[in-house]
Amino acid sequence: MDLLRFITAGSVDDGKSTLIGRLLYDSKSILIDQLEALEKQSKNREDGEIDLALLTDGLRAEREQGITIDVAYKYFSTPKRKFIIADAPGHIQYTRNMVTGASNANLIIILVDARNGIVEQTRRHSAIASLLNIPHVVVAVNKMDLVNYSQDVFNNIAIDYAEIARKLDLKEVTYIPLSALKGDNIVDPSANLSWYEGGTLLHLLENIAVEKDVNLTHPRLPVQYVIRPQTEELHDYRGYAGKIISGIYKKGDAVTILPSGATSHIKTIELGEKEVDEAFATQSVVLQLEDDVDVSRGDLIVKNENKPNLGQEIEVMLCWMDTKPLKKGNKYLLQINSQRVRSVVKEIEYKLDVNSLQKEFEQEEALLNDIVKATIKTASPLSYDSYKELRANGGAILIDETSNVTVGACMIQ
Amino acid sequence: MSNYQLDYLDQLESEAIHIMREVAGQFERPALLFSGGKDSITLVHLALKAFRPGKFPFPLVHIDTGHNFPEALQYRDNLVNRIGERLIVRKVEDTIKSKKLTEPKGKFASRNVLQTYTLLDTIEEFGFDACIGGARRDEEKARAKERIFSVRDEFGQWEPKKQRPELWSIYNGKIQKGENVRAFPISNWTELDIWNYIQRENIDLPSIYFSHEREVIQHESQLVAVSSYIRVDEDDKILRKKVRYRTVGDMTCTAAVESEASTVHDIIREITATKTSERGETRIDDKISEAAMEDRKKNGYF
Repeated sequence: MDLLRFITAGSVDDGKSTLIGRLLYDSKSILIDQLEALEKQSKNREDGEIDLALLTDGLRAEREQGITIDVAYKYFSTPKRKFIIADAPGHIQYTRNMVTGASNANLIIILVDARNGIVEQTRRHSAIASLLNIPHVVVAVNKMDLVNYSQDVFNNIAIDYAEIARKLDLKEVTYIPLSALKGDNIVDPSANLSWYEGGTLLHLLENIAVEKDVNLTHPRLPVQYVIRPQTEELHDYRGYAGKIISGIYKKGDAVTILPSGATSHIKTIELGEKEVDEAFATQSVVLQLEDDVDVSRGDLIVKNENKPNLGQEIEVMLCWMDTKPLKKGNKYLLQINSQRVRSVVKEIEYKLDVNSLQKEFEQEEALLNDIVKATIKTASPLSYDSYKELRANGGAILIDETSNVTVGACMIQ
Repeated sequence: MSNYQLDYLDQLESEAIHIMREVAGQFERPALLFSGGKDSITLVHLALKAFRPGKFPFPLVHIDTGHNFPEALQYRDNLVNRIGERLIVRKVEDTIKSKKLTEPKGKFASRNVLQTYTLLDTIEEFGFDACIGGARRDEEKARAKERIFSVRDEFGQWEPKKQRPELWSIYNGKIQKGENVRAFPISNWTELDIWNYIQRENIDLPSIYFSHEREVIQHESQLVAVSSYIRVDEDDKILRKKVRYRTVGDMTCTAAVESEASTVHDIIREITATKTSERGETRIDDKISEAAMEDRKKNGYF
């Protein structure tokens, strides 16, 4: 059984939480006590229907306001797959929370209200899906019950969206009509949508191919921790512990340590206290090297034939996530996996207007939820890949050194 | 199909090991909160995979309510002996005495809330800057919202509306003095994942997880073990039933379920067929209000 991580996005009231509630409900992943609690709360509602959104809105403030503020993670499995759902907020002021949920997703479901068609949040979330390079996009046209299950309405939205997908270079886009509230086309095919020839949403989620989402061609192992038992029999043992984020490593492979450039060969690979001949992404391993080279946390172990970029200046697409503005000349800590270096924002080239998808040049600063293209200079050499090519080693966060808060997400170009 | 594909349990395992090593790499004085329950036992198993042949870079810390199942305590001591790691025990009893705290009263007077005081005192006593906990997001809906690295202020409080963005597998453990981080390596595991992993890895558990005979009283729909920590009233009927525990918390706030399951395999079969959630079936302390867990977390609970 494999694992699919997906996120639901869309505007406020497009029915994201209801969709998740429906998936859990129709796939029988909601248990009796949870359902009873739900019925009890739904009684206060005027329409008297069970409010499936209450399943995911876990904070008091969310239930009071009837909106999603932060990502909620939900889990369900079918005999085919385990699913991790990130239920992300739709409201613009919580975009950074949506980015949090989207960063690990293999797939994004973008909900569109059939009555309203494509709105600003659809474009914003699609832009984020494109920036974060989420491999699979599903455009779910929801509330089909409110437009009499009209095929024309669905087709027109699909045509409109195809234009956005083209501009944003979204490759794998699937369109699906449904009603989360009524349960049409979620788990079971719907007679109301007999004109639709594709599978149900769950069928799609169960069958989309995810194995290609893990990169096996660019070996990268960020060192997290050095294991040194310092006992009598393991006196000289130095094990470099980390998760292989991409690629394959074999015993005997020639490796380079970055940023130092030191070279050696792999002596042993240990996986959960057992020695193995090879290991691959995304296993957590311990490597021992043949030579006594200097390796510590933050270093990247790569193979000689496939090296990342090494440099002190990077161009990034940056999603700003703090209430204090980002200004040219500001200094931050930049972290990629276990590497952390000081950095300074050298240039803000343009801001991306997520509504028109136009570039706005001559920007002095970036405000909360802005997406900008920027140049960042680092105090010491950084080993990185382009985000488009290798998501696992091309994403970085910016940390404000005075507040310690994560303030920016960078996708290295 | 390629040979380089990981099963979902392997993916969850690797993610958890990665998180533990991030804690070890980023903090000066981490600790692993150990309760004797299956989730923290799983954490210890993962820590062995993460740090052997070295020592754990943290001690195990048990906040002892004094209302533990004796089987869980015995298991704890055997485990610590076997793996040769350091265990720190701090007792809620001592906090109650030294701080003159008021013990809750009532039929199932639970020290669950008082536990937070002892935990915060222990964090201060040892200067822990990160505590690894076995919380899972599927347990409860406030937990479903929490980050993997969850920053707590100097009062241990969680501020759900001010959580840091947490992207990819990059964890920001930078904190101010006095703050600490609660790190949750098995956030993305469900109850069933834990049991499947226990089965796959052949992890030993305290005997109370398996079917055994016990004297219980029925309270509303839940079965509570008869012990000196709960009050048995005249109209309570003491029953002898075959039960097992789905969670191991305090004897006062953890209910048993009727079960014949004597192996992990049987338990997995029962859970797959069950219609009630883990906390709903067995946690008396969560039933208090819709926001019971959110409120406890805001006050420093793990």
